Amino acid sequence: MATAITRKDLSGLGEVFLRHVQDIPGGEKIKLCIQCGTCSGSCPTSYAMDYTPREIIAALRAGQLAKVLESNTVWLCASCYYCTVRCPSGIKLTDIMYELKRLGIEYGLYVRGGMTPVLYTTFLNIVDRYGRNFETELLARLFLRTDPLKLLGTAPLGLRLLRRRRLPLLPERVRGRNDLAKMLQHVREREAA
Amino acid sequence: MRYLYYPGCSPTTSNKAYDLSARAVGRALGVELVELDDWNCCGATAYMSVRELSSFVISSRNLALAERQGGGDLVTVCSACLTVLNKASRYMAENEDLRRAVSEALATVGLQYSGGIWARHLLDVLVHDVGLESIAEKAVNRLGGLRVAAYYGCQVSRPYGTFDDREFPVSMDRLFSHLGAEVVDFPLKAKCCGGMLVSTNEGIALRLIRDLFACAVENGAQVIATVCPLCHINLEAYQGKINKRFKANYSLPIVYFTQLVGVALGLSRRELGLGMELVPTERVLAGYKLAEP
Repeated sequence: MATAITRKDLSGLGEVFLRHVQDIPGGEKIKLCIQCGTCSGSCPTSYAMDYTPREIIAALRAGQLAKVLESNTVWLCASCYYCTVRCPSGIKLTDIMYELKRLGIEYGLYVRGGMTPVLYTTFLNIVDRYGRNFETELLARLFLRTDPLKLLGTAPLGLRLLRRRRLPLLPERVRGRNDLAKMLQHVREREAA
Repeated sequence: MRYLYYPGCSPTTSNKAYDLSARAVGRALGVELVELDDWNCCGATAYMSVRELSSFVISSRNLALAERQGGGDLVTVCSACLTVLNKASRYMAENEDLRRAVSEALATVGLQYSGGIWARHLLDVLVHDVGLESIAEKAVNRLGGLRVAAYYGCQVSRPYGTFDDREFPVSMDRLFSHLGAEVVDFPLKAKCCGGMLVSTNEGIALRLIRDLFACAVENGAQVIATVCPLCHINLEAYQGKINKRFKANYSLPIVYFTQLVGVALGLSRRELGLGMELVPTERVLAGYKLAEP
């Protein structure tokens, strides 16, 4: 199923999205949106979004999933959960944003040059290897892959942290790294089946 | 009082003073924090933005380890860890398919999670288990005259609101008031700091942080106290950039809430990790008598 969806043929994507949203506890409430705009008014970054959170729900219901994914909106969600706690219909919009992020990353549908997908996938790679986050490597690799000049710009802050023993140069590793890998491998096999 | 303690990645590295001061305050108040052996990253917001089931599995390894190590509440100082761990526990309780899928993955390494373990923020434990009166009784320094803005940010109370109001939390305000501080009015106290956007969409995050400073300073704050390592670094590390971009002149010390409680308890600078901060706290904390290291 997953392989059938391509940039050229996105017809199956809406179905995948709806199925995943139904899996979120309470996810079916997306149907209850009354378009009141409480989410957009509560969102700290909606002013910078191509489509506001309310418009995202409207677009999803109009079958415009690809447009939604290609907008900057989902990548500006900082997970503050204001929309989720305020929605009068009980829609877990933050969780829907997570689902949209996952689809965007899985099918390569996101704004070109956006740094957030790179940050997230790098984060996963680091946690999968060490079992813990390693912020020094995370930011170094993020900037190297997206905007090397920014790495230079971050150097002064890095030095200030280093002087205060707050910039580790080596990762912390958990002993159960192999256990983690084994569990994640199990999940991958399950999802491929 | 004994709790399993989940320190989290950031408080043990770039926000080391948070972990140090949390443990020190715990010791001083008779709250025994037993570190969860071999804990792993909770996954934060990033992991669940890429892979859903895997993110629940790595979160749940911690819950399963907690179950094996005696169970009970899992105490954390990071708002994101709090929300992510509780989300995993809650969604597994609410979704049979998810519980089965996660349990199968855990079983491949001989772990199991039967449910019922919840993460709790140390602020919750101090205010509700130890109690405001009992903390104030142990205080050797009254924080009188210190004007504090108590900044909560998002995930300490949203979405779940496990111990405080989701829109207008007050527990930290009350904690500092009991210790004699002047807690300033801070209408933006539960607004977003931008989180990880500071690395990916800097301009947007800087604007959010600027708004927080403007509000805190306008209300007379001399210092901002935080309950989350990500909020903390966003507030302390970007003041220079904000001043440049918005032609402002902010230079506000940022402290972990545990450091301020520790100052009231008279703990040493070393125990509290004071001196590791980017904006010096010497001036605002000068009047308090602290233990020698």
